Amino acid sequence: MEYALTASEAGVAETLPTSGGSARRRIPRLGMATRRRRWGPILAFLIPATIIYSVFMVYPLLDSLRRSFFDDDGRGVGLENYQTLFTNPTFSERFWDALGHNFQFFAIHMLVQNPVALLLAVLLTVQGVRGLNIYRTLVFLPTTLSVVIVGFIWRLILSPLWGVTTAIGVDTPLLGEPHTVLPTLSLISVWQWVGIPMIFFYAVIVAIPVDLIEASRVDGAASWQIFRNITFPLILPMLGIISILTYIGNFNAFDLIYAVKGAAAGPDYSSDIMGTFFYRVFFGASGTTGSAALGATVASVMFLIILAGVLLYMFGWQRRVTTYEL
Amino acid sequence: MKAAGGAPASLTKISRVIRRIRWGGWGVHAALLIYTFLALGPILLIISNSVKSRRAIFADAFSLPSAETFDLSGYETVFSGSSFDVYFRNSLIVTVASVFLVVFLSAMAGYALVEYNFRGNTLLALYLALGIMIPIRLGTVSILKLIVSLGLINTLWALILVYTAMGLPLGVFLMSQFMRQVPGELKSAARVDGAGEYRVFGLVLPLVKPGMAAVAVFTMLPVWNDLWFPLILAPAEEARTVTLGASAFLGQFERDWNALLAVLTLAIAPIVLLYIAFSRQFLRGLTDGAIK
Repeated sequence: MEYALTASEAGVAETLPTSGGSARRRIPRLGMATRRRRWGPILAFLIPATIIYSVFMVYPLLDSLRRSFFDDDGRGVGLENYQTLFTNPTFSERFWDALGHNFQFFAIHMLVQNPVALLLAVLLTVQGVRGLNIYRTLVFLPTTLSVVIVGFIWRLILSPLWGVTTAIGVDTPLLGEPHTVLPTLSLISVWQWVGIPMIFFYAVIVAIPVDLIEASRVDGAASWQIFRNITFPLILPMLGIISILTYIGNFNAFDLIYAVKGAAAGPDYSSDIMGTFFYRVFFGASGTTGSAALGATVASVMFLIILAGVLLYMFGWQRRVTTYEL
Repeated sequence: MKAAGGAPASLTKISRVIRRIRWGGWGVHAALLIYTFLALGPILLIISNSVKSRRAIFADAFSLPSAETFDLSGYETVFSGSSFDVYFRNSLIVTVASVFLVVFLSAMAGYALVEYNFRGNTLLALYLALGIMIPIRLGTVSILKLIVSLGLINTLWALILVYTAMGLPLGVFLMSQFMRQVPGELKSAARVDGAGEYRVFGLVLPLVKPGMAAVAVFTMLPVWNDLWFPLILAPAEEARTVTLGASAFLGQFERDWNALLAVLTLAIAPIVLLYIAFSRQFLRGLTDGAIK
């Protein structure tokens, strides 16, 4: 309300007639003068952000979608690129594999990263225990490191050459076997990123008024009852936000796999996900030449996958979950 | 559920609560300590082995470096064999410039969206927020063409512009949330005193410092740590960022474990020190941003 007030005080009401241009004509001088004065700052404030965002983000995204309907020489080919991607064995086999792997990658994050993050956040906010902030700082530390560095740290640690893993009883080269490489990489990613959902959950739990918890404790509620009936409903909206952020991040992931296994995402493509597949199709890899048109097609499919997730979140989850104002 | 009787009942209840807190306290510490060990162990293992001789690295990875096993040969290889100073400078320029642009432009846009009632306001806010949910990487094919046609390939500008665009959607959204909390009286008072619109904005800025900190934190990490855009837009030696430089170096020195461990430590150390120094502000920014 107060913003509407300040805006009308300053004369926006006259400059923005709701009934078309006739009002503007009726008060020409004043209208023009205030108009110049008012629109000046508005444009100055908004134009830089809008231009950079439009030129370097919105335009490339739309242009990328457009390119998926053309070949590399700029001829329109309709849905041919999509057909190639889905049915030509050279691409389709890799594509469906990468897609499946990506869902596994996401599933492991949902099943391990987010529950662990929630548990840590709950532990960090236990009432009446001192010195918990130090853990918060330390547990978050891996999140600040570069994915490439994290990838190499684990590549060395899990390398059979070093023998650190054999010392703790693991004999398989976890990053070298087709059936262990993807879960291992997923867990490395979880190890690094768990800090983000942890801090998000933490932020919500810390915002819960202490009185609310105290009152139910006085009423005799056990800790887990308090968690189930008070904390959990309050963090449920955040759980949705974290899930969709995890989904977007996972279907956009690339750096870790590239750093540890290279663009070929070995062994035998068993750690290939959409990001590495996109990179290979666009730039080419071992024996195949890259194609911008097909690359744009892969990006467009990734766009649709992410869009589907976002829509599912907005209409399937966000509308059904109650957000409580505290 | 209320206390069943007089003083004795409530006393036992109090002692029960105290007991639960004390035991719970130990349990909480133990659980968090285990996870902290899991989070830091690998990092400490790398750092401690980076100053050990090759023999010691393989013979006993878990022991701390001692006088006999102390060896800096890895660091010598790194400093003689690569230009990490250049990479660091590049990363620093790109990160500082992008964070500054995102914070400042978001503050401006967020302010205008909240402060002025103009036609298309809601639509513009929605347009700017779209990018929160859509990863900019999906536009890479066209971004590369665009950067090539602008003649910015292999320049830091390419990265700065793309990262600024990448950070703006969330930045504008967060800043408008923070701008909403600035009291309207302050702005009206300034206007009555004859302050122009830019002056009023200048007065508001200090009041949204927590918001700017949150935006800076959310922008900083993905920019500093990104591999994708440096790899595609600026792979030339002189434009490499630390992340890309480290990745190339690590690939090259596959066999030289001393050098590998040294380069990893060099990449970890500055970030960890910076993080430890500013962790309170940093986590505060994340927490503030998360509940918006």
